[in-house]
Amino acid sequence: MSGRIIDRTGGIFIAIVLLAAVLIPAANLLLPPGHPLHVPDYMIPLLGKYLCYALLAVAIDLVWGYCGVLSLGHGAFFALGGYAMGMYLMRQIGPRGVYGNPVLPDFMVFLNYKELPWFWQGFDIFPYAMLMVVLVPGALAFVFGWFAFRSRVTGVYLSIITQAMTFALMLAFFRNDMGFGGNNGLTDFKDILGFPVQAHGTRIVLFMLSALALLAGYLVCRALVTSKYGKVLVAVRDTESRTRFLGYRVENYKLLAWTLSAMIAGVAGALYVPQVGIINPSEFAPSQSIEMVIWVAVGGRGTLVGAALGAVLVNAGKTWFTGLMPEAWLFALGALFVVVTLFMPKGVLGLWAQLTRRLKRAPSAVPTPTPAE
Amino acid sequence: MAAPLPEGPKTYEIKSPGVLSLEAELGILSPPEVVADPMALTSALLYLDNITVSFDGFRALNALSLVIGEAEMRAIIGPNGAGKTTMMDVITGKTRPNAGTALFAGVNDLTRLGEAEIANLGIGRKFQTPTVFDMHTVEDNILLALREDRRAFRNIRWGRTPVERERIEALLERVRLKDHRHRQAAELSHGQKQWLEIGMLLAQEPRLLLVDEPAAGMTDQETADTAVLLREIAKTRAVVVVEHDMTFVRDLDVKVTVLHEGSVLAEGPLDQVSADERVIEVYLGR
Amino acid sequence: MALDVSTPSPEAAPAPVSAGVARHRDMFRWIDAYRIGRVAAAILGLVVLLASAGFTATARAQGGDPDLSAITARFAADSYNDTADALNALSATGSPRAAAIVAAHAEGRLAVAPAPRPALVPTAGSTVGSAATGAAASPTPPGLPAVRANNRVRRAIEAAAGALSLLDPDPAKRREAALAVFRARDAAVLPTLDTAIARESVPGVKAALEQARAAILIGKADAPEATRLAAVELITARGDQDAIGLLRSVPADAPAAVKAAAAEGVTRVERNLQMWGVAQNVWYGLSLGSVLLLAAIGLAITFGVMGVINMAHGEMVMLGAYTTFVVQDIIRTHAPHLFDWSLAFALPAAFVFTGLVGILIERTVIRWLYGRALETLLATWGVSLILQQAVRSIFGPTNQEVGAPSWMSGAFQLGHLSITYNRMWIIVFSLLVFVALLLLLRRTSLGLYVRAVTQNRRMAAAMGIRTGRIDALTFGLGSAIAGIAGVALSQIDNVSPNLGQGYIIDSFLVVVFGGVGNLWGTLVAAFTLGIANKLLEPFAGAVLGKILLLVFIILFIQKRPRGLFALKGRAVES
Repeated sequence: MSGRIIDRTGGIFIAIVLLAAVLIPAANLLLPPGHPLHVPDYMIPLLGKYLCYALLAVAIDLVWGYCGVLSLGHGAFFALGGYAMGMYLMRQIGPRGVYGNPVLPDFMVFLNYKELPWFWQGFDIFPYAMLMVVLVPGALAFVFGWFAFRSRVTGVYLSIITQAMTFALMLAFFRNDMGFGGNNGLTDFKDILGFPVQAHGTRIVLFMLSALALLAGYLVCRALVTSKYGKVLVAVRDTESRTRFLGYRVENYKLLAWTLSAMIAGVAGALYVPQVGIINPSEFAPSQSIEMVIWVAVGGRGTLVGAALGAVLVNAGKTWFTGLMPEAWLFALGALFVVVTLFMPKGVLGLWAQLTRRLKRAPSAVPTPTPAE
Repeated sequence: MAAPLPEGPKTYEIKSPGVLSLEAELGILSPPEVVADPMALTSALLYLDNITVSFDGFRALNALSLVIGEAEMRAIIGPNGAGKTTMMDVITGKTRPNAGTALFAGVNDLTRLGEAEIANLGIGRKFQTPTVFDMHTVEDNILLALREDRRAFRNIRWGRTPVERERIEALLERVRLKDHRHRQAAELSHGQKQWLEIGMLLAQEPRLLLVDEPAAGMTDQETADTAVLLREIAKTRAVVVVEHDMTFVRDLDVKVTVLHEGSVLAEGPLDQVSADERVIEVYLGR
Repeated sequence: MALDVSTPSPEAAPAPVSAGVARHRDMFRWIDAYRIGRVAAAILGLVVLLASAGFTATARAQGGDPDLSAITARFAADSYNDTADALNALSATGSPRAAAIVAAHAEGRLAVAPAPRPALVPTAGSTVGSAATGAAASPTPPGLPAVRANNRVRRAIEAAAGALSLLDPDPAKRREAALAVFRARDAAVLPTLDTAIARESVPGVKAALEQARAAILIGKADAPEATRLAAVELITARGDQDAIGLLRSVPADAPAAVKAAAAEGVTRVERNLQMWGVAQNVWYGLSLGSVLLLAAIGLAITFGVMGVINMAHGEMVMLGAYTTFVVQDIIRTHAPHLFDWSLAFALPAAFVFTGLVGILIERTVIRWLYGRALETLLATWGVSLILQQAVRSIFGPTNQEVGAPSWMSGAFQLGHLSITYNRMWIIVFSLLVFVALLLLLRRTSLGLYVRAVTQNRRMAAAMGIRTGRIDALTFGLGSAIAGIAGVALSQIDNVSPNLGQGYIIDSFLVVVFGGVGNLWGTLVAAFTLGIANKLLEPFAGAVLGKILLLVFIILFIQKRPRGLFALKGRAVES
């Protein structure tokens, strides 16, 4: 484990994300559609979505890879952040809805709401909504973690109750009475900060923002895990009771990472919603949250970069598969779960490290020059 | 309290987290003044009285009473199931006794505190099987053990302070792991891990060290060295050693307590104890 | 004087009294026919008259129907009042013949022959029977004038028909009639009702008749107070929603004592009904609990005993349900007469099939991951996705039709509880599976080995137990039990590839709530959660109730991470 905040892998990662943030929009805007390197318009929100997933995966890796807490409920934090953003976007619709009510979103008019519920107040103000994007998932994570870590619920028990948490939230958000649009969720957004959500320019900006958010999220997590706090976190992951006997209040260490992770997931959700144009309760589905974990496992847990890489790889694969042969996607995903846990415990990054080490070890046998370290 | 309090001057600090520093241990500084605690109920550093622990009717500890003075070394022996590990668990807060009193420094009720709080009071524990942080380097293992602020937010910092560097240096020197400082703890041999754990114990600067079978898996030379180290430590702080190796216990040359079925069977110098009829019967065997 | 009843002709097809205009047109048609054959008819009528007199005497001698001729004569008067009175009188006799006459009148087949104007029922090309005996007497006269009806008469027909069916030979019909009277509360039926009560021998029908009588008496202004109070008491004892409605309908001018008794009766019935309501919810809860138990009990083995997190457990249930579908499909096409036994074939089939699938999963995936619970969780989730998609590819994504054998369909009443057979059998089945599993683990050598391997794998291996084989068998057993749970659940749930996903979280929560490694804990947890869920539903609604329960379990696990019945001791500490 390297002590530097930005190690070699991290440096490459930062460079790639920065380049992508600049080159992909450039390839879309500057190159003509016939050019082999041209990025078609529809790719921009798609890639933006991958970046949001990558940020979410980084958040999951912070707690799973460094804290040993396998969350099967991070979809809940992601969706809560998404809903906070969605509520802002709904309020921006104003009188342009089907029913033309200047205050109430369409679904509320439809459900005979007389006035805006208290928890919708203030969401028309962008900074307030952005605050809620981090505060709501953060608060839920804090309360949940405060109870769970204090009573030392660990391992699979913790995983199961995180599943129960996101399942309960899904059921709740499906109810019309909750005031979040029930089944249909929030959609038909018009604009964000005055810019039309559907416009290509807005999408390019959102894509670049997602890339920056991914970088920021990575740097925050990376800084945290390389600090002395991060070393304690890893100690907790590997030998929790030993850490306790050294005098560390393990629950507080976990709680901090857990809450931060939920907040980052909330940000990812908030960036995701304007790019896909909808948020509904299915984001809370327990199976979604489990799928997110496999992104981290594919890339390599406990590396942060691997998590981001895994998220992009798996989701690109999903897009490719579902376009080509939708029947096979679940087979592929299922096989991925099995193969990664059985044969690639350290994920793609671990595999890569193994390969380069092997190449380095046998330079005499293989005269080909190995990449300079 | 059932048992009469041991005699002695009341010379302890209030809820002291361990007054003796590593510097004192290593002769850098002289030990600081020990302040008497007017609230202390007992002058003993560790005071266990009538401790009973039962699991589903099985009494792991049965009205156990034990008193350890400041800077006293005590060896605890006893057959398997005598309750040695459970006793350590009670002292370090891992197990809550069903009945009895456990006081540290005369004022701290160990039955009410959590593991972390007890550790911060100045009680360090070394486990039977060496438990170090395998994923961390030897240096980082010591760093994590250093007596410092344990709060989460205070530890979000990078690099090491000069004081930290100095202490790590001295401790690595003492436990002879200087050459291995950058290695992952997982790569160390069993004996090296034992030493690393002892180093971590020292880094905590505890007032009371609980050491569970330190000689297990060590070579004869390492065992002898460990005995020397423990005796050295015991000059300034209390040490409780649980050990099976009789040669090792003899090397320590300290008062011995024999546990049997969760209670104290005999107490005294090793020679006296090993002559005791009952001890011979239950432990040394016939 | 005679009354002839025969089967209706196609031309004068029987129609309900309320059918109105169409029926009248038919009637006029055969009145025309009557004019043509008037003479022949007159002769015929006499013949019938003479014959019927003889038959009536025979019937009376046999202790059968009373002589109806005096009453039927009044139909010939051709006056609405007389007709209505005759109908009422007929209903009071309670004889089956009277019922036939009323029915004939209702269908417009009651006619009057020429002088001496006996009432007849003509049909085209058929025979006529004596009114008193129903015996065939002669060919049908070509046409006769009908006994006329106005609205008053029609009401009288209706009342008489209702009253007479109180005396129907079929007990089911009598009970039905009693219910109708209970609802209509027509005081005119009282005499018939009294007759019926006196005659009634079936206890259930008698109670229904008495309740109908009480329902009339409660509101009858001229009934004595004591009678009305007794009626109130009787209705209160009935204790259902109808009773409340009836007691509430006591007229304002009723005596104070009756009103007070009725009001008190309402509260008593309401309290009673509330208790039955709770009981019904407890029953639903038991049913849900049995479903949870079935879903969780296999998991109690794989997770509780082996410590393996099997996220594909739900898919084992799903495979069990699909096995049932396949077995039924084969039976339907090859041996339909065995359909009632289809579940008996499906159970072993599902047990073996899912057990084998379980062993396959254990040998190929899980055994490499022992001691790595979180990895097991992820890998088995992958397996669950593969199984789901496999079933979806083979059978399609839609629900499959799984039939219920006859002994599993329908419902019965127990007090005010409505109990469906399928739910009841599933409760019984879940308990049987539980007991069988308990015995298997406690009493057989396999159970002994399983417990040995669970407690100390290395020691068990040293004792010569082939641990790998035991692992595979244990996991296979857990999966097989999930499979037979699937057979049962196919009876009450949609059999689709997603069947299993609906159970996985619930079953994990049941096992964790009950205490891992404790079968009794699983039993208690399943039924506690089932009943709690159903008792919460009336107050919180189905979804909110479920959410509340989930939150409760989350909090409970914080408080007691090892469940309701936690194993204690040093062994579990680490």
